[in-house]
Amino acid sequence: MSSDATKGDRIRELMATEGDAVAENTRGFNEGRIESTGRLDGYEELKADARDIKEDAIGRLPELIERVRESVEANGGTVYVADDAADANRYITELTAEECDADRLVKSKSMTSEEIEVNEALEAEGVEVVETDLGEWVLQLADEAPSHIVAPAIHKSREGISELFAERFDLDDPPETAEELTMFARERLGELVEDADVGMTGANFIAADSGTMLLVTSEGNARKSVTATDTHVAVAGVEKIVPTVEEFAPFVELIGRSGTGQDVTSYISTLTPPVDSPVPDFQADDEPLADGSGDDRDFHLVLIDNGRMAMREDEQLKETLYCIRCSACSNACGNFQSVGGHAFGGETYSGGIATGWEAGIEGLDTAAEFNDLCTGCSRCVPACPVDIDIPWINTVVRDRINRGEADPSQTDWMFEELVPDEEPAGLDLSTRIVGNYETLAKLGSLTAPVANRLTDAGPVRAIVERVAGIDRRRDLPEFASEPLVDWFEARGGAAVPRDEAAREAVLYPDTATNYVDVDRGKAAVRALEALDVHVRVPDLPGSGRPPLSQGMIATAESAAEDVYAGLAAHVDADRDVVVIEPSDLAMFRSEYEKFLPEASHERLAEASYDVMEYVFGLLENGGDPAALRAPAEGTGPVAAGKRVAYHPHCQGRTIGVSEHATAVMEALGYDVRVSDTECCGMAGSFGYKEDYYELSMDVGEPIREQFGDTDRTVVAAGTSCTEQIDALLGDAPMHPVELVAPRE
Amino acid sequence: MSVADRSTFKRRLDSLGVTVTEGPENECAELIDEAAGDPAVGVALDAGSLPERVETDPTTAELRAAHTGVTDAELGVAAYGSVAIEADRAGTEPVSLFVDRHVVVLREADLVPDMPDAFEWLGPKARGESADVVFATGPSATADMGGLVHGAHGPKEVHVVLLREDGADAADSEVSADE
Ligand code: SF4
Repeated sequence: MSSDATKGDRIRELMATEGDAVAENTRGFNEGRIESTGRLDGYEELKADARDIKEDAIGRLPELIERVRESVEANGGTVYVADDAADANRYITELTAEECDADRLVKSKSMTSEEIEVNEALEAEGVEVVETDLGEWVLQLADEAPSHIVAPAIHKSREGISELFAERFDLDDPPETAEELTMFARERLGELVEDADVGMTGANFIAADSGTMLLVTSEGNARKSVTATDTHVAVAGVEKIVPTVEEFAPFVELIGRSGTGQDVTSYISTLTPPVDSPVPDFQADDEPLADGSGDDRDFHLVLIDNGRMAMREDEQLKETLYCIRCSACSNACGNFQSVGGHAFGGETYSGGIATGWEAGIEGLDTAAEFNDLCTGCSRCVPACPVDIDIPWINTVVRDRINRGEADPSQTDWMFEELVPDEEPAGLDLSTRIVGNYETLAKLGSLTAPVANRLTDAGPVRAIVERVAGIDRRRDLPEFASEPLVDWFEARGGAAVPRDEAAREAVLYPDTATNYVDVDRGKAAVRALEALDVHVRVPDLPGSGRPPLSQGMIATAESAAEDVYAGLAAHVDADRDVVVIEPSDLAMFRSEYEKFLPEASHERLAEASYDVMEYVFGLLENGGDPAALRAPAEGTGPVAAGKRVAYHPHCQGRTIGVSEHATAVMEALGYDVRVSDTECCGMAGSFGYKEDYYELSMDVGEPIREQFGDTDRTVVAAGTSCTEQIDALLGDAPMHPVELVAPRE
Repeated sequence: MSVADRSTFKRRLDSLGVTVTEGPENECAELIDEAAGDPAVGVALDAGSLPERVETDPTTAELRAAHTGVTDAELGVAAYGSVAIEADRAGTEPVSLFVDRHVVVLREADLVPDMPDAFEWLGPKARGESADVVFATGPSATADMGGLVHGAHGPKEVHVVLLREDGADAADSEVSADE
């Protein structure tokens, strides 16, 4: 675990040095996105259009590349398709250093140019490169890498920038306010732009029909870099091509809103170069500006493959190419908010989708360095303007890392029997333990008194931490000696007979409810029976969520098949499937689409409900709310009043079942305050890992800020959330169904 | 252009901190004169005229020294408060960019409701004669220095002169201003 220890240290260091600045900015962007997209009519339709355009364009990319070539050449420009970074850099340096004999190249912000490291290549040939985007310029002066794909210097504070300027320019009285710093940069960069020889930009989109490229900017530096120089080099990945100019429209409406929450950025440049503008001659500046010098402009479009055409052939990574690099998935991500792109990123790209980009461009090793930081909370999914299943890409890459890096000599014989046949031997121990949580839980339940006492013992925890990387500051789950399924059978099964029931339901005994938190299962049975439901609690296998979270796709897939086999007869008999654990319901509704035949997935997804969603539906259909527990009857913590603080589960939010609990509690007369935090930070097993303990607690910190001194009764739906909130607030919340179910 | 588009456009400009004045085409020079600082450079307009003091064939030195640049906009996008500035041989792009204040003249007839309309206008143009158009929304801006600042590289201020269509009377604009 030695490399992992370094990883943990690095994360702790970045949290301390950059975490606050990154958190403030990304949370601001994220709120801006929610607000701006909320005001946009037809937001969902625009996203669907954007997705269709990308699917179509990537589908016929080779043909579109040729169209772009024809269009740009017809306009008088040149297109070069570079196989890789070295090829692109060779072309660009030859053009710049040799043909143009340029001394200085001015650049606007472009992640693709960072990817190929063109600055270094140009400087090696004696060309001075000046980043003109203010954030990029700061990083160039500081010799640092971007921490965010859209706002590259968000990790730097205003004070830090002021100190940097003072040092680099030897200033006694450096600019301090944002206004002063900006004007200082405007002036310096303005001079550098005036006598530059070549202008380099990226391109957000390129239309094949006309060779028009679109640039999304705010500062005006891209406009200046293009206008002030007679040679324009645009560097763009091949995936930036769309068929027509008209198809730019949905992206223009979505990209700013999704990223920083601006409806549209200050400048959307649509260039069909070479442009007509005269080239201002700042040396001989008493000549008329409009001197026809626009006729001598030269334009080169350098399209970069660098692994992208291979990604296009890769069924799983292909979706990455739809990404428009808006940064929504970074901003929406709890872990990213805490650590930023210096930890949650690879060579060039950062945030959840970086796993796809880095795996495709740099390789699995690079992706493996940060891929763990995607916990699969799924809060980025509804934020992505092109509907990329970002957690799935992370899962796939994790699966490939598991397989590719498995070294048989490290096989740990002790836990070998825990590794299902589908997975490679030699997976690291914490991956295996979590991936086989169901087996462990069964064992733990069988030996509950002993197991619980043992796992609490200090020396045992130290060994668990050292061998399995599970942080000793975490409470380990306490196994119940009587699983829910056994309890249900022992009580004689259903209390509401079939012929008297309003409906029939199967309560899915998820691993956590069945073996650990049996009380919430019993409460669910009471609530459903109070509403005249004939309940069954059959013995069913785990959903496959824990192995999936560890990238063990084959194991998760066979779990899906087993669960479906166990539930099919019930679904055939028109029984509803009621699920307590939101992450398991999310499996049934979302991930099982990838594992089951289409018809099976649809039937199961349609038949299954979140327990609070189900209670909500029963009440809507005439169920008697008086059969449930209203606030006045409460004792214990609930007696503090009818005031409730509710933290919905991240994946529950994504699949749209988090609001039913609020509705049910309010219908019963509770006063509910909902947590503003989208993911508690525990995310299954993530927060248990020694490397990530502090990060996990930091992600959950806003919950403590919001509910730390509350006198409200705290409820939460997910098992992980329960453990995390217990750690944060010092008291374990109950599931909403435990609040509303009648007493035993 | 509908009355609703005009009022949306003006509301959006207002929220972006862009000032607007309106009048008929024959008052164009006056409206520009009120809005432009000194010294001012400009590019000859399609509709309406420029005041005398605006230098229409500036040297690069005059451009660099100018406080204000005056140009046409080809199109306005009501829903976003954007104006479409087209680069040309006369220097519309540098005149709108290398200055502190950009005064942009837009005919109401050239206002379209929303982004898709703007790209339907741009598409045939780009495929035909080739088009270099920037959709500018408010002044140049940055948040890279620890707070939102206008005038990062481009203009710090933008003023729109909206030229009313023939027949549209002042009362009409009063109504929309009240909305
Ligand atoms: S994956 Fe989606 S949300 Fe993330 S940067 Fe790309 S387009 Fe934006």
